[in-house]
Amino acid sequence: MGILDHHKKIETHATLLLVLSFLVVTIGGIVQIVPLFYLENTIEKVEGMRPYSPLEIKGREIYLREGCYVCHSQMIRPMRDEVERYGHYSLAAESMYDHPFQWGSKRTGPDLARLGGRYSDDWHVQHMISPQAVVPESIMPSYGFMMNRALTQADAEHVRDIMRVYRVLGHPYTDEMMDNAVSDFFAQADEFGDPVADRYPGAQQRSFDGQEGVVTEMDAIIAYMQMLGTLVDFDTFVPDASR
Amino acid sequence: MWDYLKLAVLGLVVVVAAVAASMARDLAYLVHMLVIILAAGITFFWIIRRIGEPVQVASQNEYMDGPVRYGVVATALWGVVGFLVGVVIAAQLTWPQLNFEWAQGYLNFGRLRPLHTSAVIFAFGGNALIASAFYVVQRTSAARLWGGGLAWFVFWGYQLFIVMAATGYVLGSSQGNEYAEPEWLTDLWLTIVWVAFLLVFMGTIIKRREPHIYVANWFYMAFIITVAMLHLVNNLAIPVSVFGSKSVPVWSGVQSAMIQWWYGHNAVGFFLTAGFLGMMYYFIPKQAERPVYSYKLSIMHFWALIFLYIWAGPHHLHYTALPDWAQTLGMTFSIMLWMPSWGGMINGLMTLSGAWDKLRTDPIIRMMVVSVGFYGMATFEGPMMSIKTVNSLSHYTDWTIGHVHSGALGWNGMITFGMLYYLVPKLWQRQGLYSLSLVSWHFWLATIGIVLYAASMWVTGIMEGLMWREVDAQGFLVNSFADTVAAKFPMYVVRTLGGVLFLAGAVIMCYNLWKTVTSSPERKPARAAAAVPAE
Repeated sequence: MGILDHHKKIETHATLLLVLSFLVVTIGGIVQIVPLFYLENTIEKVEGMRPYSPLEIKGREIYLREGCYVCHSQMIRPMRDEVERYGHYSLAAESMYDHPFQWGSKRTGPDLARLGGRYSDDWHVQHMISPQAVVPESIMPSYGFMMNRALTQADAEHVRDIMRVYRVLGHPYTDEMMDNAVSDFFAQADEFGDPVADRYPGAQQRSFDGQEGVVTEMDAIIAYMQMLGTLVDFDTFVPDASR
Repeated sequence: MWDYLKLAVLGLVVVVAAVAASMARDLAYLVHMLVIILAAGITFFWIIRRIGEPVQVASQNEYMDGPVRYGVVATALWGVVGFLVGVVIAAQLTWPQLNFEWAQGYLNFGRLRPLHTSAVIFAFGGNALIASAFYVVQRTSAARLWGGGLAWFVFWGYQLFIVMAATGYVLGSSQGNEYAEPEWLTDLWLTIVWVAFLLVFMGTIIKRREPHIYVANWFYMAFIITVAMLHLVNNLAIPVSVFGSKSVPVWSGVQSAMIQWWYGHNAVGFFLTAGFLGMMYYFIPKQAERPVYSYKLSIMHFWALIFLYIWAGPHHLHYTALPDWAQTLGMTFSIMLWMPSWGGMINGLMTLSGAWDKLRTDPIIRMMVVSVGFYGMATFEGPMMSIKTVNSLSHYTDWTIGHVHSGALGWNGMITFGMLYYLVPKLWQRQGLYSLSLVSWHFWLATIGIVLYAASMWVTGIMEGLMWREVDAQGFLVNSFADTVAAKFPMYVVRTLGGVLFLAGAVIMCYNLWKTVTSSPERKPARAAAAVPAE
């Protein structure tokens, strides 16, 4: 046990013990985290990914605020039953614009990674107002209050400010997108508004909550849910075997 | 002079916070500013009232136990709060009607769950760690806490952090990262408090009168410095506005996932394991009145534990879009982690060699031993669940929840209860606890509660995992998701009952500790110079 006798030097010297412990705990993180920023196959090259539209950002903000991620995952694993139940397994590219990621860790409710287009807007409205009315076994709380929370100019400007930060972090928002952020925010909830899909390919545009003339939190959360997992074009996707 | 400077700073804080409150862009930010005004205001008047009074210079030969006493009270109270919220959300999952209509948008499960996890991990666990670290570092260094009033700043600053985090969750300010939900302002404040904690702890060790640093302090030290690193890296964010609570974390997607679970798993590894091992290494030998079993084992398992733990994060991301090489590393290191974890368990349990008879007579030792037992079980279950094949079944299910709770209730809860029962008579100069039979009641309620909790979660977890993947002869999925939810109902009732029992035990403990302070016979106070170091 000769080597352990030398431990006396460390355990009689406070700073040495602190510095050595710190060095020891940094190694694992460096090895596991740093390569993810430069290895080229970490995030697949796919067709169709785009940054979120302003109303979708608001929907995502509500998703974070209400803690949806504590019960819902957004990460389909490549097992047979999951692919059958939820659709194509999730790609890293699909969450590249998520600050932070929303893969989740628990499925108290089902996975939402490919929720978009699965149910009608009307179903979502009914489900959010009373989950048990459409799924009797559900234990989800109701979120009917979102129907009554109208979104204001200040909400739209807040989202534009968030987009500004996203841009600093490298999201490809163009000047045109920034200039139109506030108007796009409201236009996306209006079928006859200025087409948002011109700037955000594939963006769906209509009154999501069925209430004309007012944009509510319900519009935003459903706009977000209806676009989840719909962006990537899987016809052109080739998996990388070495990843 | 020093006091006037403090007054000026506090006055400035009040003014700045008032301006910020008037510019607030959201409710959570407004409430946080009001809380800051209140906290700074109270401190301001408290200092003013003491100006001019003769300053009592504390003797360097006496331990500074004030913050420890407050910390003990805070630990017990936050514990009850955290367990209570846990029972409430367990009941919400059983009977969703408990997400009341009138509280929609404030007290739904999604907002209360972070409140529960933070109250238990950071408020209950954090206070237990800070209080015990302050107690242990003084006794094992034979020195008074370094930094004068800084230890008080750590205590009150940490409570302010808890209040800001808790109000933030209920008012809908969340970063969206599990166990790292607080927004930028709260995170910044915690950073300041944590640096002060590190300074007090290191300062005390540096001025120690013992040549050797006791093993408990290695663990506390590693815990403090590692948590600082994790907190800083995982919470790097750009505020959207200085007058709003919202910020955008700088990490996204797959990197964000890796960094979050590097943080998340080591919140378990360093907050709930290394820190609490420090607790174990002091309080078990003390209560058993036996030396630590093996010095060599403690050296080996300390370095192995802190080195290996930090790699384990990716086991939370098996089969996800995280690259395979990272998943494999995470699994490999998680399995290796089993050994140093059990090194700690063996060192704790074997410390009782020659004192096993105390299990019959001393309910506090019983609590500590069961705690180490649960530690051993949880650190076996963890590596097992990190094996990819097992994880493919267990991930996303209640099994994980059961695993976490057998660790948190069994290991962290029980060792903390044992510590509180040991400390309260010492800190308030009492000859002993008010009632040992109430400790026994607490022990059995808590133990049965944990068993009900863990067993029901094993059943639901494995059941739902199997139901999700079940296919019939034609290859179609057999169960809809809703079927699996309905099937879990009876076990959710059992889980809630387990939580109620555990909570009841903690309430009995609070009563017992209260009666100990108020009606147990007194004893003479201790002095640092006279104290015998634990080594």
